[in-house]
Amino acid sequence: MSFTSILSIALGAILVENFILVKFLGICPFMGVSKKMDTALGMGLAVVFVMGLASVFTWLVNEYLLIPLGLAYMQTVAYILVIAALVQFVEMFLQKTVPALYEALGIYLPLITTNCAVLGVALLNTQYGYNFIESVVYGITGGLGFTVAIVLFASVRERLEFSEYPEAFEGFPIALVSAGLISLAFMGFSGLRVW
Amino acid sequence: MNIINAILVLGIMGALFGLVLAIASKVFHVETDPRQDEILSVLPGANCGGCGFPGCGGYAAAIVEGTAPINSCAAGGAECVEKIAAIMGIEAGEVEKCVALVRCSGGPNASKKYEYLGIHDCLSASRMPGGGPLECSYGCVGLGSCVAACKFDAISVTDGLAHVDHEKCVGCLACIDACPKNVIIKVPYAADITVACSSTDKGAVLRKYCNIGCIGCKICEKACPHDAIHVVDNLAVIDYSKCVSCGICVQKCPRKLIVDSRLNKEHDVEVSA
Repeated sequence: MSFTSILSIALGAILVENFILVKFLGICPFMGVSKKMDTALGMGLAVVFVMGLASVFTWLVNEYLLIPLGLAYMQTVAYILVIAALVQFVEMFLQKTVPALYEALGIYLPLITTNCAVLGVALLNTQYGYNFIESVVYGITGGLGFTVAIVLFASVRERLEFSEYPEAFEGFPIALVSAGLISLAFMGFSGLRVW
Repeated sequence: MNIINAILVLGIMGALFGLVLAIASKVFHVETDPRQDEILSVLPGANCGGCGFPGCGGYAAAIVEGTAPINSCAAGGAECVEKIAAIMGIEAGEVEKCVALVRCSGGPNASKKYEYLGIHDCLSASRMPGGGPLECSYGCVGLGSCVAACKFDAISVTDGLAHVDHEKCVGCLACIDACPKNVIIKVPYAADITVACSSTDKGAVLRKYCNIGCIGCKICEKACPHDAIHVVDNLAVIDYSKCVSCGICVQKCPRKLIVDSRLNKEHDVEVSA
């Protein structure tokens, strides 16, 4: 467990294997909540939060429950259950104890309950065989990668509002085209590594 | 054997999470005032932000908290205030309906410095050298940022000049914030007489670039029997607390700038008949 391996995971999750732009996970909120910069940032932070928590709990469930009982093949179902319950619980907990944070994240939390990026991070942690710390780092930095992508995309979409393009591209078509172009740009990071 | 294991483990996990959530919903229960939902249901739901709160939900919460007056909703009007008053159990105050007015009659009457072909947005245009394509630095740029801001389809741009339909306007005043030229102001809905110019340039200067704008000749000021119209900084301004809509200034104005909306209405009726 060296510092470089942590850095390598973080860099991989944010840039090289960005959840949205390279792995194409979590496209729904990426398209839905990227019209304005500030809502995009709120969504991104909520995803960081949930992905970090989901990594912690799914790793614990997998390591101490599923593997000892030989139920590793039930991972997907078990993870969905854990994440959904966790997000619901966190939402209620925040509403009562930290109303300010609830106000900031509140609208976005239910949106990402079983978002495929959140489920994806849990399954990938298992697939890559990460230990506890690596899983948490991968979860949080994966969320940061999501934030980077959605904030970049929101800034592009804000400019799109003032651009002229054929009428047939109005709305989602032009958004999808620009998302594709950003994704191409992120291909430039492939091969980037920390030794 | 394995299948029973799987059913048991996931079943127990599900039941456990369900139980935790059920307990949590009791432990972390937050009291919300039922009146808040009731108020939200009588508000127009346009989320125009005219009240100064983030959407109708934010306004409803503020009313229940007692931090907001019940008559801040311009879009809902008097009917909405009465319903909120009934829910809150307090008296409804009088709320005067206000509408937006574009204080410019330029359009084809105003000469241009250059043809603007940039981003189709008033803010971008008004940041061009010389404050935009118009010779007049006060006038409506006519690119429709206010049209985009209006949630009630009440503003339209014809011949490069924005115009507010006072029947559709609910007075949320979102257009005032959107206008980079500050050419839109709030006037009482009951106002029949309007001076649609915001130029404070001297008459001699204004004449060079606009065929209709106010030259500050003070003829209206002298003609007004009710002391309701005054020329301030070369621009005629009506005091609506004194104006009785007699229409004398409309007749006297040498520039035909002062408009009586009642005349337009009658005119429309004649046309349609």
